[in-house]
Amino acid sequence: MISAASLIRTESFEAPGPGIFDLPPVFSIGSFDVTKPMLQLVLAGVLVFGFFYLASKQRAMVPGKLQFAGESGYNFVRNSIARDIIGGHDFMKFVPYLLATFFFLLINNFFASTPFIQFPTFSRSGIAYALAGLSWIIYNAVGIHKHGFVGYFKLQSVPSGIKGPMLLLLVPLEFLSNILVRPVTLALRLFCNMFAGHILLVLFATGGHHMLVHGSALIKPVGILAWVLAIAVSFLELLVQFLQAYVFTLLNAMYISGALSDEH
Amino acid sequence: MEGSANMIGYGLAAIGPGVGIGLIFAAYINGVARQPEAQSRLQSIAILGFALAEALAIIGIALAFVL
Repeated sequence: MISAASLIRTESFEAPGPGIFDLPPVFSIGSFDVTKPMLQLVLAGVLVFGFFYLASKQRAMVPGKLQFAGESGYNFVRNSIARDIIGGHDFMKFVPYLLATFFFLLINNFFASTPFIQFPTFSRSGIAYALAGLSWIIYNAVGIHKHGFVGYFKLQSVPSGIKGPMLLLLVPLEFLSNILVRPVTLALRLFCNMFAGHILLVLFATGGHHMLVHGSALIKPVGILAWVLAIAVSFLELLVQFLQAYVFTLLNAMYISGALSDEH
Repeated sequence: MEGSANMIGYGLAAIGPGVGIGLIFAAYINGVARQPEAQSRLQSIAILGFALAEALAIIGIALAFVL
């Protein structure tokens, strides 16, 4: 173990850390710096809007390829997320929000694996917190609108079917988990997955390069192995990127349906 | 070898959610194998359970960098 490590360390290898996410500004407007993730957010917004605008422009009875792709994406969100989770007759109100969230996240996550961009937008935690904050405002507002202020907080923090002193213990816990912790875990889940995935890819790529260039003859093949693994990890990351967009949207739908429900 | 004890701690902390996620999907596969028509219903429940178990690992990785 130690001998292998000393073989690798012929030149010191700087492992990638959180510092790789601090990108220099692309350009500045006055004292306001515009960085790469900001541009990616705008690009993703334009791409999602453009795609659905073009796909829904024709509205032919027999859909063309583009319209079919747009309708498939719309059907996926409407049927397997909104209708299955929120259900009832008032799920259609939330479909536009869920659809936009899902595809905006999907495109932004796929930027991590897009050649020449290769940076996951949501690996900057602030952006993820903003999106989770939007979701927090929406599900609370929907609940307060339906049940009233007191009724909503009663719904979210008093579990049904429990009486007596147990309530003293459960009410603060439920309030904490349903109102305060939810947006934080929602944002952290997305952020950490993108962050960890990107670090993993950079580690395999730069580590492989280091072993190939600076390693001794025995170490060089391991560098090639690291690059092969980097390709394999990229495919795993594609799955994770899709899954995180799906989970984020699914949890949004679940929070909304929880805020709308009459009983727990 | 150098490194941070945080990372060892995070490795240990990730065992729990790892086992948990394995159990969740094992139960999901079992359920679908017994009753394939319940898949769409079970899927969202399994993903929710996965997300909740994963939250622990995520809090762990956040703390590993923060502490």
